[in-house]
Amino acid sequence: MTDAAQSMKHESMIDGEVIADPYAIPLDQINMAQPTLFQNNLHGEYFRRLREEDPIHYCKESDVGPFWSITKYDDIVKIDSNHKQFSSEPAISIGNPAEDFTTPMFIAMDQPKHDVQRKAANPGVAPARLADLEGLIRERSGKILDGLPVGEEFNWVERVSIELTTQMLATLFDFPFEDRRLLTKWSDIVTDVNMFVSEEKIQERREILRECLAYFTRLWTERAEQPPKFDFISLLAHNPDTKDMVKTPMELLGNLILLIVGGNDTTRNSISGGVVALNQNPLEYDKLLAEPTLIPNMVSEIIRWQTPLAYMRRTAKEDVEFEGKQIKKGDKVVMWYVSGNRDETKIENADSFLIDRARARQHMSFGFGIHRCMGNRVGEMQVRILWEEILKRFDRIEMVRDPVRVKSSFVMGYSEVMVRVKPKG
Amino acid sequence: MPKITFIEHDKTTHEVTVDNGTTVMEAAFDNMVPGIDADCGGECACATCHVYIDADWGTKIPAREEMEESMLELAEGVTELSRLACQIKISDVLDGLTVQMPEAQH
Repeated sequence: MTDAAQSMKHESMIDGEVIADPYAIPLDQINMAQPTLFQNNLHGEYFRRLREEDPIHYCKESDVGPFWSITKYDDIVKIDSNHKQFSSEPAISIGNPAEDFTTPMFIAMDQPKHDVQRKAANPGVAPARLADLEGLIRERSGKILDGLPVGEEFNWVERVSIELTTQMLATLFDFPFEDRRLLTKWSDIVTDVNMFVSEEKIQERREILRECLAYFTRLWTERAEQPPKFDFISLLAHNPDTKDMVKTPMELLGNLILLIVGGNDTTRNSISGGVVALNQNPLEYDKLLAEPTLIPNMVSEIIRWQTPLAYMRRTAKEDVEFEGKQIKKGDKVVMWYVSGNRDETKIENADSFLIDRARARQHMSFGFGIHRCMGNRVGEMQVRILWEEILKRFDRIEMVRDPVRVKSSFVMGYSEVMVRVKPKG
Repeated sequence: MPKITFIEHDKTTHEVTVDNGTTVMEAAFDNMVPGIDADCGGECACATCHVYIDADWGTKIPAREEMEESMLELAEGVTELSRLACQIKISDVLDGLTVQMPEAQH
């Protein structure tokens, strides 16, 4: 994920214009690696065309090189669960890592190394740990909601989504609580497309990430000498298979970035996305108020509807004939979860946001196969508890204008969701 | 039709009868037995239908294939009796099978 943003730095729009109509350009010139399409919320219609006309699509020219787009649900499941032929190395973003700043991380590793590192970190978000965290999340959600300025317009992203997920992330790392916004800063810098626009920015980004590494190296050294606990740093520092990671600093940095971004951007944008979705679908908001027991189902539906990470990339390890197409060894293969989650042939009324949807859990936002999201349960739990606490306090979270989307083809998120809250009563 | 017994983590027991050819995951899902999520819908791609089979049945169920092994690496509390319910196809041979649910799916 390090240089995920590298794949997003370009805007190959035609004559500098964002083309809103996907049918206005020849099929073979469609290039989904354009952040502007997502920022302007135009990607959906492009993917619809690809699913209908060319579901396994080859883009032969883009600023990040040629790549395949896999756009239908079942095809994505097949590739995602075929780690023998489709590697996660060297990167899970379309752009390759910079040669002089490579940060290995287990999401972008194959077996057996992937399994070893993932297993070391996993207890930090395993079911036993979740039970311990539930009360804490509820208390924090309540505190954040009680502090909201009633009657004023404010940015939900900043006051709620970022604050709650950052607090949680600090807990998962047992990170000094007063410094927690450093985590937000590091997470944002990783995926910020603006940090790739010049050599100066690239160096600035690296400098900030080195600060992150230095901070965590100090924590690591302390934790290694203390009795083992369930925070990520202790888990990695005490596990015989990962305890030496501190000696390979770029690999430590890579895994830190993975755990920080993985636990931050994703849940943050599901929290913001829920408010957007309910406001754009007021009948669903009514349904929720009438039937709060729908919350767990709604959480899955929000995560499908939002699809916080648009894709994961694989690289073909050998020539593969896939659904009639010839994928060559070394080709980049991009699995667009954001498209699979709108595949009408798999999901009924896929474009509709329905909080009482049947089999709502069967979406692809967490990916499938051995790289499936590790923190999915902790993410779901945060969104669920937050909505339970919202319903205790507010009649409506009213969105007062259109949300501002993040410029990225990878992170499906919002920088601004302006709202007003209406207390109960 | 074969009978399958599901025992939840809190020992709540559910007996269901199912058609041959369905999977243990579908048997639970179709009969609203809680404790199995089946997020991938039976593709052996998510590990959220983790169950423990009773030891006596081990030899009657075909051994785990490679993908099931890989996916079980992701589950919690895996033992030698752990299986993904979507990979067990029900036939008359399995009439009377008992499976236990883990504390939670991950």
